[in-house]
Amino acid sequence: MRSIPYNTIKEKVKAAIMEAAFIAGEDLMAGFKRGLEQEESPLGKETLNQLIENAEIARKERIPLCQDTGLAVFFVEMGDEVKVEGGLLPDALNEATREAYGEAYLRKSACNPFTRKNTGDNTPVIIHYDIVKGDKLHITFCAKGGGSENMSRVTMLRPSDGKKGIEDFVVQRVWEAQANPCPPVIVGVGIGGTFERAALIAKKALLEPIGKKNPDPELAEMEERMLKRINNLGIGPGGLGGRITALDVHVKMEPCHIASLPLAVNINCHSSRHAEIDF
Amino acid sequence: MKILKPPVKREDVEALEAGDKVLITGTIYTGRDAAHKRLVDLLDSNKPLPFDVDGSIIFYVGPTPSPPGRPIGAAGPTTSYRMDAYAPRLIEKGLRGMIGKGPRAAEVKDAMKKYGCVYLGATGGAGALMAQAVKKAEVIAFDDLGPEAVRKLEVENFPVIVINDTKGNDLYIENVKKYKRE
Repeated sequence: MRSIPYNTIKEKVKAAIMEAAFIAGEDLMAGFKRGLEQEESPLGKETLNQLIENAEIARKERIPLCQDTGLAVFFVEMGDEVKVEGGLLPDALNEATREAYGEAYLRKSACNPFTRKNTGDNTPVIIHYDIVKGDKLHITFCAKGGGSENMSRVTMLRPSDGKKGIEDFVVQRVWEAQANPCPPVIVGVGIGGTFERAALIAKKALLEPIGKKNPDPELAEMEERMLKRINNLGIGPGGLGGRITALDVHVKMEPCHIASLPLAVNINCHSSRHAEIDF
Repeated sequence: MKILKPPVKREDVEALEAGDKVLITGTIYTGRDAAHKRLVDLLDSNKPLPFDVDGSIIFYVGPTPSPPGRPIGAAGPTTSYRMDAYAPRLIEKGLRGMIGKGPRAAEVKDAMKKYGCVYLGATGGAGALMAQAVKKAEVIAFDDLGPEAVRKLEVENFPVIVINDTKGNDLYIENVKKYKRE
């Protein structure tokens, strides 16, 4: 059994949270630049140029890429031969978040649903666990903004709706969202599982690098078809009209009940901030 | 490029058209979800508002905290539809501009036409870039709301684009139509 000290986890996660707020990923920057080549609308191009400039300022001056520094979501893959020494893993993730959001001047966006009173430190965090083989611990952090999360949906289709029903729903969701989720967006699609599982795999799909093709050829085809349809909607960067409404569509699929066809569409804004932390 | 210097008169906003690029210089106020609820609660109970709404511009933003030596952290627009339930009440009181992102409800657009107010779009997710135009920031009300407190901002050449003018034009609808392919 391998032991990892609580403090090691807390400190590494804390550093990763801070970096994610200031540094746009290479896949995202490449996505902006590809989009700029394809964009036809002058306002669309101007918006994409602003986003590139924004990322440069954020990196240089250490100002967050976006004022919505998100709710903290973690995906944990924990080996069956590893344990945390000196405390509980969820406590380490909450403490890392509390300290990172405080020390790096990030916005605290967690509140009581009824009173709307801010919890003051961006906790509690949201954690999803998977147990895997081995003695490694892998943590993925995602800062999820509210504007794009609000545009996300789960639906239970009829099995007869099939692939066409799935694709129509996803495209319609992006159409209805218009400028709200900060296009160009990234679209995570979860197909199958149960009601909650579909939403979870849709969020996992958002962690795939922008521009990466699905290894499953059938899903890769769906992704390509949906991306084309979404970019024909005309919404464009900032919703001001244009070709680049989405930078990518990622699909994840799992088996489901014989009666069901669960579908989740999790939209991410272009400020797609995540970090991978290995122990 | 047009210029707005608050306090803004009705005729100043009536001269603007959807698609006009505008630079704002002067004082604007921040307010988002929780602050809007409180502003309308104050109006309902006939109490004074923390700033003079007549002629003012409200920026829908909850900035990140100001690091030492900076007036503000990241400060880009939040999604506007959540303020739709409250906006007409403020427009009635002379609010001349709202800065945000995303489409507005019909009731808000009607109030804008009736009382003379424009909806100005800022680039969503460009919070570091937009903070460059903010020179001073001071919390003036609802401090307990943290990022949602009302702040008085001094801005210089703050870049926005007119989405909805006072004549009923809508830049989002018109431009998306241009690029939509069946």
